[in-house]
Amino acid sequence: MTDIILDIDHQQSSHCESGVISTLLRSKGLNISEPMAFGLSSALTFVYLPMVKIGGLPLIAYRMPPKAIIKAVCKKLKVDLHSQTFSNQTKGMQALDNELAKGNLVGLQTSVYWLPYFPEDMRFHFNAHNLVVYGKTDKGNYLISDPVFEHLVECPAEDLQRARFAKGALAAKGRMYVVRSVPTDIDLTPHIYSSVNKTAKMMNGLLLPFFGNKGIHFLAKKIRSLSKTKPKYQKLFLGNIVRMQEEIGTGGAGFRFMFASFLDESAKLTKNDDLQAAAKEATAVGDHWREFAMDAVLFCKKRKDLSLDNVAEKLESCATHEKSLRSTLLSIKG
Amino acid sequence: MNEKDVPQDDSTTYQGQKKLIYAVDETGHYQGVKSSGWEVESFATQMAVDDLQEQTQEALTQAQRGEVSPLAYHMLRLRFDISSLSQTTGFFQWQIKRHLTPKIFNKLPESKLNNYCDVMKLTLVELTSLPEQ
Repeated sequence: MTDIILDIDHQQSSHCESGVISTLLRSKGLNISEPMAFGLSSALTFVYLPMVKIGGLPLIAYRMPPKAIIKAVCKKLKVDLHSQTFSNQTKGMQALDNELAKGNLVGLQTSVYWLPYFPEDMRFHFNAHNLVVYGKTDKGNYLISDPVFEHLVECPAEDLQRARFAKGALAAKGRMYVVRSVPTDIDLTPHIYSSVNKTAKMMNGLLLPFFGNKGIHFLAKKIRSLSKTKPKYQKLFLGNIVRMQEEIGTGGAGFRFMFASFLDESAKLTKNDDLQAAAKEATAVGDHWREFAMDAVLFCKKRKDLSLDNVAEKLESCATHEKSLRSTLLSIKG
Repeated sequence: MNEKDVPQDDSTTYQGQKKLIYAVDETGHYQGVKSSGWEVESFATQMAVDDLQEQTQEALTQAQRGEVSPLAYHMLRLRFDISSLSQTTGFFQWQIKRHLTPKIFNKLPESKLNNYCDVMKLTLVELTSLPEQ
């Protein structure tokens, strides 16, 4: 067998899902940047689910659940995406080889933990990491464009199979997807306005207290009540928020900067100054989140005279700023 | 955040990798900027990693004293917890809790042990043994 190496324009991304769909669409000649994919899918949000525990700490997310970005972008832009899962692992690997042989780039959903090229400290059991396979060597190693990495990487077949078929929450079941065709001549303008509007509407939260602005206030309340718990738990709890916000591929400040980048790009495309002003405001919101992360960590280090109340107040100020960003976004008319 | 404010703190947790952050350049527009790490973020990561290692070490000591089964040590070492192990193996959480006691673990049939081996990528010998003291 000889090497299969397909053409790929690898661009490092902040987030795996938006990065993968951007790579796949660009390979078909549809130039959608990562922030544009993220913005068009209206994936920006805030979630705090105290009852869902991961390693004993609550689930906190700054975006819609996995698969939402790819689904929404393809639906909006009428992209023909062929997606399938497998109950048989051998068939799943064979299907991947078949697509590569046909010359198609293949998107895969995998578990971060079993990918050997990840830094040790960043490996954890998370089953919804996306990547693109662009070839296979004659030794049977897969050539991978992992969007969150600077350079292209290689992965042995056995490890990739394990990563694709890892069981558990959000199990990928070998999910793979291929872009079959993209429409030509897309006018992004109406999609931009509709997705900005949708994001803004979601920012207030749903009926339940766990989402959007309400969720942020709910989390702030929880931080205040941490004073009753052990110092060690306080640290782990705050550290967990910072990790969810910064560590796991968010482009900084829990996707707020990526969203601002989307608004900035949209302003250029539509020549709408209101969008430009909104981008500035979103940047300020992101800066606030970064300050919150800094305060949270400073509290853990006990370097400053910071109390849990101060940290909670900072978080509440993030909520206030997001609220005003929401009204700005709602006032934007195409 | 401005491009020049993007932290370049050479975080050890990145192991020489860089991440992409979106930031505003001099013209006032957004660019993807590579960052070698942020001290604030890596402190949070390190704290989580240290906590895990501490728990793993404790489980190892307990397992060596025969207070818990080797499964308790391997579970933590491979970054599982009872709930994720339950989701991946198909055992109930109460079953796994029982398997964490040496008395019950030592009597487990091979078929059940194999279930753990598959999920954790261990051989039977590895699963039932502990590293040398």
